[in-house]
Amino acid sequence: MIQQNLIKVGMADLNIATEGAVLKTTGLGSCVGLTLFDPIRKVAGMAHVMLPSSDIARETKMNLAKYADTAIPELLDRMVAAGAYIERMKAKMAGGAQMFAMSGHSDSLRIGPRNVESCIEMLHKFKIPILAQDTGGSFGRTIEFDSTNGLLSIRSVQFGIKEI
Amino acid sequence: MSLYSRFEAFELDVLKEVGNIGAGNAATALSRLIDKPVDMAVPKVSLLPFEEVAERVGGSEQIVIAVFLRVEGEAPGNMFFIIEEASAKRLLRQLLSIKAEVQEGYSEMELSALCEIGNILAGSYLSSLADFTHLSMAPSVPAVAVDMAGAILSYGLMQYGEMGDSALLIETTFLEDHQSLEGHFFLIPDPESFDKIFRALGVVGE
Repeated sequence: MIQQNLIKVGMADLNIATEGAVLKTTGLGSCVGLTLFDPIRKVAGMAHVMLPSSDIARETKMNLAKYADTAIPELLDRMVAAGAYIERMKAKMAGGAQMFAMSGHSDSLRIGPRNVESCIEMLHKFKIPILAQDTGGSFGRTIEFDSTNGLLSIRSVQFGIKEI
Repeated sequence: MSLYSRFEAFELDVLKEVGNIGAGNAATALSRLIDKPVDMAVPKVSLLPFEEVAERVGGSEQIVIAVFLRVEGEAPGNMFFIIEEASAKRLLRQLLSIKAEVQEGYSEMELSALCEIGNILAGSYLSSLADFTHLSMAPSVPAVAVDMAGAILSYGLMQYGEMGDSALLIETTFLEDHQSLEGHFFLIPDPESFDKIFRALGVVGE
């Protein structure tokens, strides 16, 4: 039996995996789990993005993994350093749900969809194609990303496990 | 951790008292609802890294029932009433004699009942807090979700996201007499609300 090496990605965190390791992040709500994969070099990357834009950041020491517009460049840097090529990369993503259907129209309630929009915009900027996504809805997701084949497995309470 | 260093020990005690008063009233309301004594643990006030918030209710992937309310008014924030599945079913049975209509999951009626319970409890929590601080605080219309704890709670941490990687929360745990019912209350004031709460209570930092 092959012991799979599991690398945990926390909230507002990112990491990369090579040599068959699996990246995992749990409990994605309005956050987006963004994954990138270089199928030739088998380098996988995952970011657990919490907010759409770093413009609003007021923290003294910025956590790049937290914002869509800073997490993607940072993840790309880390993957390129591990031998991946941006031109070959393919993206998949999951999450960006709207956990509570509230009557208000406040922008903060649309945080999930805004996270997704912001990720898509950044991927376009780097000309990285989006192969598949499972975003939106009103439910949480746990995702695992396999660096051997680039398969993203998504688990949710209502819908069980699906792979994209 | 600029937010944390800002708080003195006595300020954390003040927040503990805020939790005590609010949750005390909510526990009384719950006790009246189910006509049974309800115990309450000493409130905890902690600045937790985002990752650890969900650990408080059994981990990021633990399935919980959560009623979420946005606190509006002078000291805005987010509020969650969280119960585990077994407790929720028991609460429904005790309170409403609702027979589990569906074995798995929840019917619309059950969810609506849980939502209302959360609403009543949050209302009593906030109204006692508003009396105590003389700040206006009113709950929004409640919303209920059955899902992974991590996915649910992260929703209440967004306001902290732009400030750092941890959130300050006031947590109280309820236990019904024979521990057959366990619930958690989380009040997560917006970062800007702390000054207002302190000032309202006459505790003014430098």
